[in-house]
Amino acid sequence: MRKVVGVINLIDEKNDLSELTSHRSFASVPFAGRYRLIDFSLSSMTNAGINTVAVFTREKYRSLLDHLGSGKEWDLDRHQGGLFFQPPASEERIENGDIRSFYENLSYFKRSLSNYVVVTNGKLVWNVDFNSVIDEHEENGADITLVYKPCDDPYVSGNTYNVLYTNEENRVEKLNLDVEPLPGDDVYLNTFVMKSSLLISIVEESMETGKYKSVNEAIASNLERYNVHGCHFGGYVTFIDNVESYYRYSMELLDPNVTQELFYNKGPIYTKVKHEAPAKYDESSTVANSLIANGCKISGTVENSILFRGIRVGKGAIIRNSIIMQKCEIGEGAVIENVILDKDVSVSPHEKVTSEDEPRVIAKSTVI
Amino acid sequence: MSKKRCVAMLLAGGQGTRLGKLTTRLAKPAVPFGGKYRIIDFTLSNCSNSGIDTVGVLTQYQPYILNSYIGIGSAWDLDRKNGGVSVLPPFLGQKGGEWYKGTANAIYQNMYYLRQYDPEYVLVISGDHIYRMDYSEMLDYHEEKGADATIAVLEVPWNEANRFGIMNTDDDDRIVEFQEKPAEPKTNLASMGVYIFSWKALEKYLTEDEQNPNSSNDFGKDIIPAMIEDQKDLYAYSFSGYWKDVGTLQSLWEANMDLLDDDPDLILNDPSWRIYSVNPNQPPQYIAPKANVSRSLVNEGCVVYGDVYRSVLFYGVHVGLGTTIKNSIIMPDVKIGANVKIENAIIESGTVIEDGMELGNKDGSISLIADGEIVSVPK
Repeated sequence: MRKVVGVINLIDEKNDLSELTSHRSFASVPFAGRYRLIDFSLSSMTNAGINTVAVFTREKYRSLLDHLGSGKEWDLDRHQGGLFFQPPASEERIENGDIRSFYENLSYFKRSLSNYVVVTNGKLVWNVDFNSVIDEHEENGADITLVYKPCDDPYVSGNTYNVLYTNEENRVEKLNLDVEPLPGDDVYLNTFVMKSSLLISIVEESMETGKYKSVNEAIASNLERYNVHGCHFGGYVTFIDNVESYYRYSMELLDPNVTQELFYNKGPIYTKVKHEAPAKYDESSTVANSLIANGCKISGTVENSILFRGIRVGKGAIIRNSIIMQKCEIGEGAVIENVILDKDVSVSPHEKVTSEDEPRVIAKSTVI
Repeated sequence: MSKKRCVAMLLAGGQGTRLGKLTTRLAKPAVPFGGKYRIIDFTLSNCSNSGIDTVGVLTQYQPYILNSYIGIGSAWDLDRKNGGVSVLPPFLGQKGGEWYKGTANAIYQNMYYLRQYDPEYVLVISGDHIYRMDYSEMLDYHEEKGADATIAVLEVPWNEANRFGIMNTDDDDRIVEFQEKPAEPKTNLASMGVYIFSWKALEKYLTEDEQNPNSSNDFGKDIIPAMIEDQKDLYAYSFSGYWKDVGTLQSLWEANMDLLDDDPDLILNDPSWRIYSVNPNQPPQYIAPKANVSRSLVNEGCVVYGDVYRSVLFYGVHVGLGTTIKNSIIMPDVKIGANVKIENAIIESGTVIEDGMELGNKDGSISLIADGEIVSVPK
């Protein structure tokens, strides 16, 4: 039987979602009304039967640790395997690159006696079948398989990605790190599969020689030495890099085809359970084209918006084109338009919080 | 096992005959309620919120759904190293065995379970009732009174008192008489089916009751009257607040509709008194551009294209375009097509309703749609 361990690698994740990432890691940014970004990759691991998963993290992990807990929601509270939350081994920040983090955790790979390692990150919103990725890896007789997606997002310009180029046999011939992709380029989703033993030797060698600071660098520089294949991911996936794209991908969730693919076509997406009551719609509520989570109580109007758990919308209040995170209070007659309210924001009655063009982020616990 | 101050025994074997086809495959405590819960969630959450961490759940009728729902009790924080939840079905021993003959017999057959915790007190409750109650306050009262048994009572409307077990008390709230469904009640203090016994007294009375071949082995009919006759110290503990026995389809429907009031008597969303339930892992509900939803409770996983008014939608319900739902309860995973009209109905879990159907009566009587059949219940 295949023994697979997983890694959610949060080292070198960018924290560029304005106030949304001022106190939390990218992976724990709330998304889709009741989830955190990490839930999508982590649930995909669970659904693939990967019951040993490590989360490598370097900073701002307080909210992430709170969210993951013992890993119970993802069935990762295990005697054998389970969830391994791995903050840095020492407090000093050494350098960029994830090689040191992998090195510090070598015993995790050695001890688990696994055949394969699946490494992904915490920012992709997707529902991926990792078993089919490993199947493809085996069929190709690959040493390393990199998961990619042709970049169909016209907005990615200005942001850097890792772009790969494959030949007819889908073998990776070039991997360019941190470049601006052109439309149609194959963007490497920082998700790979390889034998545990190979990962261990790449990490040990990189540390000994000091040649590579990241596993990706080591792969990019050894495409001739290793048989590296590309695995085309055909499903829905997000490229979230900034507040604008966070907002845009959130709004895509109002398309039932997107939610169907993310939440129903493959295994479920798990998250921390809050035990909120069902959402309550009052006599005066008007809700259209919106995602509403449990625990909300709506007496006003909500259009084209996403409401997270436990939100109160007062009578006559209007929320349009906005994302309202957990436990916000919107007073009577208040108007909210084109904004992202982080958790626990309170808007007094009849206040207006709007934005003309760019979605505006209101920081956590602000009182307006 | 270490000693426990109080162990709860939760009676969950009831069939709920008057709920008709809703209880074909599940016991009454497992009947869905309030858009998200099963009836037993209220008593299990009461135990958890009252700090009672050892709960025996007595099952008998159609136990499978209940068993799998309760699991190891983690949804209610009752997955404990010491104590926690234990499902207690009837069983065979070397000398044979038998079904639970009555509420008292069910506890009698599980005295071995209680003995291992050597409790001071035993709380006996029923998984059929919907209410929020802090049992620890009742326990303090029981201790203060030095009672042998304490029975929680609720003031009911006088004209309904003949439907309940009625307590007659003296000035000190000591119970002097108990009448089961009296034609002419002397008080309106109705038993809520919530009892606290001092364990030694309970053990004695259960054992004696078992030896009486004429007994129906029931708390209300046998144990309590016997204790009163012996002039034991029985006290009434007054409870005020929402309490409902949803024994009939009409009362199940009413109790759901009660939740839609502006300020309902039963609060589901109190952070200091969570009503726990097993989570179905569904995404947030989607309300489509042309939908209208008001005065309703809607749970995760619902997709609503039509109009929903004064209704309760459980998880995973789909409501098609042009469909109207009024005054109804739609249980989990019901798929309702386009241009459907539903009024005054209860629709069982998993039912599929084709486009264009019209269900329910306008005269206010409740229809149950279960097992592909429509059963009308006169008001």
